[in-house]
Amino acid sequence: MAANHQAHEHHRHDEPESDITLRVKALESILVSKGLVDPQALDMLIDTYEHRVGPHIGAKVVARAWSDPAYKRRLLEDGTAAVNELGFPPGPEGINLIVLENTPKVHNVVVCTLCSCYPWGTLGLPPVWYKSPAYRARAVGDPRGVLREFGTELDDDVEIRVWDSSAEVRYLVLPERPPGTERMTEEELAGLVTRDSMIGVAKAKSPKAGARKRPGNGRAEHRV
Amino acid sequence: MNGVHDLGGMHGFGPIPREENEPVFHADWERRMYGIARILLNQRVFTLDEYRHSIERIPPSVYLGAKYYEKWAIGATGLLLEKGIIKPSDLKGVKPINLNPTFSLSAKARGDSIFKHPSRAVKARFKPGDKVIARNVNPRGHTRLPRYVRGKRGTIQFDEGVFALPDANAHGGGMILQHVYSVRFAARELWGPEAPARDSVAIDLWEQYLEPEPARSSNGRGRNGRGRR
Repeated sequence: MAANHQAHEHHRHDEPESDITLRVKALESILVSKGLVDPQALDMLIDTYEHRVGPHIGAKVVARAWSDPAYKRRLLEDGTAAVNELGFPPGPEGINLIVLENTPKVHNVVVCTLCSCYPWGTLGLPPVWYKSPAYRARAVGDPRGVLREFGTELDDDVEIRVWDSSAEVRYLVLPERPPGTERMTEEELAGLVTRDSMIGVAKAKSPKAGARKRPGNGRAEHRV
Repeated sequence: MNGVHDLGGMHGFGPIPREENEPVFHADWERRMYGIARILLNQRVFTLDEYRHSIERIPPSVYLGAKYYEKWAIGATGLLLEKGIIKPSDLKGVKPINLNPTFSLSAKARGDSIFKHPSRAVKARFKPGDKVIARNVNPRGHTRLPRYVRGKRGTIQFDEGVFALPDANAHGGGMILQHVYSVRFAARELWGPEAPARDSVAIDLWEQYLEPEPARSSNGRGRNGRGRR
């Protein structure tokens, strides 16, 4: 798999190895030679975060909460335990997960202004925009402008709560269940739950847009 | 430190750069770097606080121009060199990037008022509903108290539990355990009267970043926050 990616990489950029490529290669080779990095553990870790963990996990959690009021109560009470309950570790090293419920009157949005803290266990690794200086700078001071850029228009009377994730708790937004989804199954509902809606910069998809094609696996969901 | 990483509230970065169908990693070196860093952290070669601080110590012009995992690579390389785990000669052909210098906490510094150790039982000084003020301090080392909340008044929402103080742990000061609180600040307190009245920012702050809001009799702002939104 790794070799395949490498070939892909070289194919895409027909150029000599960059400084950064050399830097990481040098780092890996010296750390492996010193026994500080086990190449097999490295491959496994990469595979986990590239292929196994991702927003499809958060989407399952949200769809369950939409379908099961008792589960939703448990999720809002103790996000870590409720995510564990579905068989997912909420993140590396026992990180605590807090779930924030969006309602017609309160809209939550998550940022990390100081670095890039993100709920890895339920959303996978963050997209580039979440880690960009623009998002980190603007989300706390101009959340309405940021949401507008994501196509999310909120009425003036909706309260926006920004959560700057600056310690060791991680936040996951529980988006509002879209109207017209009463007859949908939990699996169908999960197809409406986007990564961006669980960060809080967007709402969940409406059933029309979502029902057209549902991702067949977690891999596809990464790329939605 | 008042570094370039402390971005909250800054202007001038333009629109948010979004990418459709974004892959988890954009290049092989990114996935390798992610894995290497995770393993070094898992093996306690350095602490997460030290690692975050190493990235903050990247010179600002480099920091803002670097790709995300490039910062991880520069920070990790710098830390491994500083700790003597690798030597410059181990990285032949790699362009050196020097981090801004850091410092170690002396035993004395660990005991002084800046890093005051709470009682052994780690009692919580604040409870939900308490009015607090984020301290106006400018530490030269690592901190998770961003500039945009310093000196501002907020309210304790909930207690997140007990965690090691990053300001010490990033500098070899060990695990000084303190309560961390979710503190809510009104948008108007942070950004002025033009901010929407109901909006707010909540941030996770270690106990020593906070002090009780002083009573103010002159304008009717008491400790229980009457007269404030």
